[in-house]
Amino acid sequence: MNAVVPKPQTFDCRQAFAEALIALARQDDRVVAVCNDSVGSSNLTAFQKEFPDRLINVGIAEQDMVGVGAGLANGGFIPFVCSASPFLTGRSLEQVKADCAYNGYHVVLCGMSPGLAYGELGPTHHSIEDLSWLRAISDLAVIVPADPEQTAEAVRWAYGYDKPSFLRISRFKVPDVSAGQSSPFSFGKANVVRQGRDVTLITTGILVTRALDAADDLAALGISARVINMSSIVPIDEAAIIAAARETGAIVTVEEAMVEGGLGAAVAQTVVRHHPVKMRMLGVPGFAPTGSTEFLLDHFGLSRAGIVAAVKDLKG
Amino acid sequence: MKPFDPEKSLAPADLAGLSPTERAAALATAAKSIRRSVVRMINAAQLGHIGGDLSVTDILTTLFGAVLKLDPAAPLWPERDRFILSKGHCAAALYSVLALRGFIEWDLLETFMQPLSRLNGHPNRRKVPGVEANTGPLGHGLPIAVGSAIAARLSGKNWRTFVVMGDGEMQEGSNWEAIMAAGHRKLDNLVAIVDRNRLQQGARTEDTNTLDPLTDKFAAFGWDTLEIDGHDHAALYELFTRAPSGKPLGVVANTTKGKGVSFIENRVEWHHKVPNAEQVALALKELA
Repeated sequence: MNAVVPKPQTFDCRQAFAEALIALARQDDRVVAVCNDSVGSSNLTAFQKEFPDRLINVGIAEQDMVGVGAGLANGGFIPFVCSASPFLTGRSLEQVKADCAYNGYHVVLCGMSPGLAYGELGPTHHSIEDLSWLRAISDLAVIVPADPEQTAEAVRWAYGYDKPSFLRISRFKVPDVSAGQSSPFSFGKANVVRQGRDVTLITTGILVTRALDAADDLAALGISARVINMSSIVPIDEAAIIAAARETGAIVTVEEAMVEGGLGAAVAQTVVRHHPVKMRMLGVPGFAPTGSTEFLLDHFGLSRAGIVAAVKDLKG
Repeated sequence: MKPFDPEKSLAPADLAGLSPTERAAALATAAKSIRRSVVRMINAAQLGHIGGDLSVTDILTTLFGAVLKLDPAAPLWPERDRFILSKGHCAAALYSVLALRGFIEWDLLETFMQPLSRLNGHPNRRKVPGVEANTGPLGHGLPIAVGSAIAARLSGKNWRTFVVMGDGEMQEGSNWEAIMAAGHRKLDNLVAIVDRNRLQQGARTEDTNTLDPLTDKFAAFGWDTLEIDGHDHAALYELFTRAPSGKPLGVVANTTKGKGVSFIENRVEWHHKVPNAEQVALALKELA
């Protein structure tokens, strides 16, 4: 009889986001939240209860929402602008570029439930383009926390950053992958969450845990896989990428986003300049069919088995 | 000959104690020098949006010369009034009133749109003191102004926020999102001014998308609103210094695109046409 392996406890990062934001708001009156009728979906109910005046719900009006965020920053506040990521980045992309990034206003753009988090709701509600779009905007930090601890740390970092940033906050439940890390999140720095010699898996957000699982399977096959949690997409940790290329000779990127322009493209840009090695880029290839988040991740090979297969293909 | 004669400066303190008639006369004189500055800048750059610059000049001159609480020595003074030029393509007029108010040197205007100049074709707050928002794409200024007005209210401060939009720009949906939010919140520390010159880049506004009746539209969204002659300095001053009413104020300022230069006035082709040397001389003569 097989031993029952207990499943690790998993968490929705939005809870850690909300708790960190409320803690900041308690210590600094300048912290406000701006949203688009998304109090519940952005987990801002407790914030609203404690700080009713500092929760600015502009209604279903994303362009206005981001502009209002910039105006609040102009007026001395530190706005956390919270909306479902597809609408925050898609509908208000020009406001993100012009009102936040080009102005240089300290606005924290919080893309909630990004990637494939809205599973069955379909491609209109998936935010798989956000990393590509936002990487192309100058003067905007792009951060993808992997677990609750990183999420809370990223919120605190964005509060103190003094420039515009985007935080990608998932609702897809993940285990804690930061355990044992000296710093759960460090701006511009990658976290090597597992050492390895033969290949490096560079991943981000909710897929870090799947890459770690794949590394276990690869070890059983005699392949030593390094796993890097790249939570800082812009700026990206070039040194960690170059070291991975030099020391492991092969890289597989894994992201819950379009492969065009996202993490894979960012890593490839560094690799081709500094130390070309063979790569595979796993991501979302296009508009998704109907299915849950879990189903779609597996369907697109963003899974333990899919990552293993990509490594075998690359190394074979 | 220096292309830009240093003009006089003007600030609200200079107008203290003047009668309304004297104040309006001082603003009219300043507005003429702003118009001359616009013509010279566009002549030097061989680029610019002369029609809209000239239509918005009296609104900007009244605000910067007589109304806005600002400190050019401390451009980011937290309690300053906020002014946002949503029609950012009329940067030449904005830069000229920033020089009038002492935020930048008159000489800097000579560099308008030259390589590496701080004075881009659309304003940049990170390079030009006195600019609150980097505008250019239309429909961005008012949402930012709404955020600034909410900030004043949240912090219990009494700074006011003024934003100037083009009338063609009122076709942008983002403006109506912001008008709805401001009306709902009764932001009476916010004044939105529409430079109603009835022409957009390619055609008359009413031949493109009917905007009239604009005041009724503001009113329907919960704003106080009225129409005014956008070239009447006394009326503009009276309106901009009016006590708050409990609602945001939407001003439809009826203007003439190209105001002050006979051959540019009210002609759609002069949206961003550049006058030739002969036309520049004639324009400066008319604006003398």
